[in-house]
Amino acid sequence: MTTAVKNDAFAPPNRLRLLTIATVIFTAIGLVMAMFVAKTDVDQGDIQRIFYFHMPSFFGAFVAFIATVIGGVNYLRTRENRWDTLALAGVEVGLALSLINLITGSIWARPIWNTWWTWDARLTSAAIMCLTYAAYLMLRSGIENPEKRRVFSSVYGIVAITTAVLTLVIIRIVPTTIHPAVIGPSPQNAEGAFEFSQNVAMALGPNFIIWGFLIPITLIWWRIRLQNRADAVQMRKIEALAE
Amino acid sequence: MTTPLWRTVFAIIRKDLRAELRSRELVSTMVLFALLSVLVFSFALELDRTARQEIVNGILWVTLVFASILGLNRSLATERELGGMDAMMISPIPRMAIYLGKMVGNFLFVLVVGLSLLPVMTILYNIVLIQIPLLAILVLGVFGLASIGTLLAAMTAQTRSRETLLPIAMLPVIIPLLLVVIAAASAVLKNEDAWGWIGVLGLVDIIYAMLGLLLFEYVIED
Repeated sequence: MTTAVKNDAFAPPNRLRLLTIATVIFTAIGLVMAMFVAKTDVDQGDIQRIFYFHMPSFFGAFVAFIATVIGGVNYLRTRENRWDTLALAGVEVGLALSLINLITGSIWARPIWNTWWTWDARLTSAAIMCLTYAAYLMLRSGIENPEKRRVFSSVYGIVAITTAVLTLVIIRIVPTTIHPAVIGPSPQNAEGAFEFSQNVAMALGPNFIIWGFLIPITLIWWRIRLQNRADAVQMRKIEALAE
Repeated sequence: MTTPLWRTVFAIIRKDLRAELRSRELVSTMVLFALLSVLVFSFALELDRTARQEIVNGILWVTLVFASILGLNRSLATERELGGMDAMMISPIPRMAIYLGKMVGNFLFVLVVGLSLLPVMTILYNIVLIQIPLLAILVLGVFGLASIGTLLAAMTAQTRSRETLLPIAMLPVIIPLLLVVIAAASAVLKNEDAWGWIGVLGLVDIIYAMLGLLLFEYVIED
């Protein structure tokens, strides 16, 4: 039994089009805010501006990983494939954002800490978080039975959030870290902290919303659509072979 | 009618212990591996007194983690191959009991490995590791390894590349546990107060055990 697929059946809905355009425009505005509107930091100079993307992109990754947990829990409850697709999209988008977080951090650390990378508690746990979600993708590709793959991925996606939460709280529990805290007092050994002035808040606020919510949500939406499309192609292949 | 939870759990533990006493497959492999690993570390790193003090906990726990992966792989794979898992699945018992039974079994086996390592490492590294706080850390740490490890091993035992996938899935997830374990154990060796860390360790254990209890029934269904 084949169903006719119209050419425009996969055209993105207007809401997604609108959201995408808004995300692009706001990302540009956020860039302008960080690069030109915010004043230059007294101690660190222009390199401090990278912070406006560094911290929000981690938060975006966290939001995406939370989406994975929501997808995982709901898949285990309802067994509807769309929840697993959400979980997968969350992992991929979150992984991309956390890589942005690591790379921008490295670029900032080169002049400020005089090294690209150091085995500090926060840096290590962020790297571990990336590896956990890379392991999610490996686990996924290692299971052939599609239903089993979805169940196991859901379980692992829920377990993996522990590493993201650890990365979030580690600067509060490991006193020797050199990574500065943004909210509240920095750890004693923190290097490269700066005053959280109104000026900083003005540029951070928009970028926080853009990188923390707009970008992950838009990307996850597109990724879900891509997956649905891939699944539809797979279905048609099976139908064609069955005929 | 289902058998009460605790009776089932004890039955599964008894089965695992009896099988282990007769075959001595799991514990002997793990202990042998652990001893070799400790020896390799002690020869590979020529350490002076202060360096030993700083690194001895790391060696103990790296060894324990790898040994537990070895044991967990076997424990869940044998259950699948010999049909034990199928038998438990068709029995009128709560799924949670299967998890608890397997988990406690694995916990006891890895604990035996840990307990046998302590005197050996005390001698090899010349640092007294047999102390009450360190024993508490060992028990809690191994409990955490067993609780999350049993859940993950039940999954990876069903995949194509089973033996290789468990370390990849398990190592990143247990980092939070390792972090707390090492912090607590280092505090003990430096004669600082470690009970705060041990409390955090208990909390991590509870989170892992909850995840295992809640999620295990999904990973063993067929």
